[in-house]
Amino acid sequence: MRKHILVFSALTLAFSLRVSAQSFVENGQVNGSFQTDAQYYMLDEGIGITDLNGKNLGLSGFGKIGYTNGNFSAGMRFEAFLPELNGFRPELNGVGLANFFATYDNGFVGVTVGDIYDQFGSGLVFRTYEEWALGMDNSLRGVRVVLRPTQGVTIKGLFGRQRYYWAPYLERDFASDDYRGIVRGIDAEWNLNQSIPSLSESKFTMTLGGSFVSKKQYDQSLFYIIPENVGAAAARINLGYGRVAFSTEYAYKINDPSAINNFIYHEGRSLLSSLSYSQKGFGAVLQVKRTDNMSFKSMYTGKQNDLDINFIPPINYQHNHTLASMYTYSTQPKGEMAAQFQVNYTIPKGSALGGKYGTKLTFNMSQVNDIVRDSIMFDGAMTLNQPGTLGYTTNFFAISDHRLYRDINFEIDKKINKDWHVTVQYINLRHDIETLEGHANSPEVKANIAFLDLTYKIDRRQSLHFELQGLWENEVHKGYEVEESEKKDYQKRGDWAAALLEYSINPHWSFALSDKWNYGNPVEEYRDHYFTGTVTYIHDATRVMLSAGRQSEGVVCVGGVCRTVPASSGVTLTVTTNF
Amino acid sequence: MKKLTTLLLLALFATGLYAQSKSDFPNVTLKNLDGKDVNISKLSNNGNPIVLTFWATWCGPCIKEHNTLNDVYQDWVDETGVKLYAVSIDDSRSTAKVKPVVEGKGWDFEVLLDVNGDLRRALNVSNPPHTFLFDGNGKLVYQHSGYLEGGEEDLYEEILKVAKKKK
Repeated sequence: MRKHILVFSALTLAFSLRVSAQSFVENGQVNGSFQTDAQYYMLDEGIGITDLNGKNLGLSGFGKIGYTNGNFSAGMRFEAFLPELNGFRPELNGVGLANFFATYDNGFVGVTVGDIYDQFGSGLVFRTYEEWALGMDNSLRGVRVVLRPTQGVTIKGLFGRQRYYWAPYLERDFASDDYRGIVRGIDAEWNLNQSIPSLSESKFTMTLGGSFVSKKQYDQSLFYIIPENVGAAAARINLGYGRVAFSTEYAYKINDPSAINNFIYHEGRSLLSSLSYSQKGFGAVLQVKRTDNMSFKSMYTGKQNDLDINFIPPINYQHNHTLASMYTYSTQPKGEMAAQFQVNYTIPKGSALGGKYGTKLTFNMSQVNDIVRDSIMFDGAMTLNQPGTLGYTTNFFAISDHRLYRDINFEIDKKINKDWHVTVQYINLRHDIETLEGHANSPEVKANIAFLDLTYKIDRRQSLHFELQGLWENEVHKGYEVEESEKKDYQKRGDWAAALLEYSINPHWSFALSDKWNYGNPVEEYRDHYFTGTVTYIHDATRVMLSAGRQSEGVVCVGGVCRTVPASSGVTLTVTTNF
Repeated sequence: MKKLTTLLLLALFATGLYAQSKSDFPNVTLKNLDGKDVNISKLSNNGNPIVLTFWATWCGPCIKEHNTLNDVYQDWVDETGVKLYAVSIDDSRSTAKVKPVVEGKGWDFEVLLDVNGDLRRALNVSNPPHTFLFDGNGKLVYQHSGYLEGGEEDLYEEILKVAKKKK
């Protein structure tokens, strides 16, 4: 008996020793993903493409490999832009190992070395992230340490330099155009319910947080004295009591003259608050936001979306249909007073209006206006937003009459029976296209949009999906007089109709045909059709999509950040896979 | 003898650890709708399968998929013991909306918030919706990108293959 035990335990021990020796290989797991987007561009005089400027191909792709083993994980991403797709920044052109990281995290302490994606609170003072669809990545190459000294408490500290396309990270030349500052930050969060045992089952919940972020930059300016250390701080609180939740975050930044704010020495402030109520079948949320001069970049000469250290979230309904998403709001870090209200309600199953499956209703309303800026005295004269001055004074609660955006929409979503499903939506939209998209001579968009979506399930595998959309502009439509010199500001303006028919065979195939028609454009030569045909093949985590046709000039927005895409005609192939 | 037993227990414990660390759940901490931390590597469902779905309040097909899943979810739980976690990748634009939307639509599954995209990156999700199925030991057995009408039935067939409890 004893002998048996001895042999058995020796064997078991040997086995576990073998395990630890080889654990790095055997316990480790490898994962990864791959994506490529290729576009072939063609001449298309119908939509004004008479010259490709020597570019008939755009290709972007990445391959990512990750390794995890218990508390350890690491990964890298190789990217290629050969050359970049139309609408992407030309600085992206190139290939290389764009991203790598290694993390050890045992729950108490976590250390990451490499390219870091992280966010403090709602991002008002710090957020690094990546949006492949926009060709955007503001990751921080450096070190991050996360400490969780006790249940419910998290402290993070990090520093590094942000990605700027393919610019080297070891930039020592302060005068270089690629030179960007070092970003340092610390954040602490305390969840009272997780750290205080008597509160663990309480209906009352509370989380407190605070962060401080600074950039160390070099003054390259000949005209202005640029602060070489710019600090920003934020404080936040989340409260909950049963069905009610409230959260708010306030951020402050010292003077930070930059190309975006016209080199004024005004301080930055931002406030974001949400109040919500939810119970089964009903949810309502009210959000308000104020932004005042909160652009925060690690390069003070940076433009557009380059090198943002923070993220000011737009609080609007995120439309996902072709016509409604043509006029999307993007955050204006210089100043905004915004509010949003949304209600989700399900008419219960079994009631007269609810039917067998219940009827889902959504109402949303949002509006954004500019802040009020008052002139200040400088050099014996009243000035407003003059470079080198404090810029302006502003009352925190004052709302300007200048409206940037308003959206009122209502949606009904109904499963009629086993085979039919219908969604209808109505949207009333106001969009200041001059401020938001830079079309200087184009009046505000005032549009009514209607959307109908029908799905019919033919059988267990096959289904048909049909969409019909219309966009009507009350004031700018056919017959509206447009000066010859202002024509280009009227692309995509006026009335639109769009339709889509999709046939899909679950789980692999989908075939779609769609058309968008700008039939009511005030400029006759812009009254074009945008036909597209798409075939998609899906196998588990692999997706291959081939589409051919025209793409209209527009703004593609993902995650609240947008890029403009020129009109194009041609073929697009997208392949994504994941393992 | 006592020593031997201890040794034996230790060895078994070591192999036990070894078996445990074979789970495919990444070591990532998310928050649930009450603001509490949930470590994905510690998810367990008494040996029954776990489904993770990625969605967002702004993603049309995701809402369609989850409305459909919600209609059948209770039957699935009764029949297979499966547990579904719907991971929202909404960022700070819409995190405040997630709970009112989930409740307003009457969804019954547990919802987790991946505000910083940590789990999304760890599992290499390119675009939502994306579905993962893990067996009772945390082994990833099936994943699917996108949602087409009827996709929930394929997922259910995959769940049945790994469920220890059937009907």
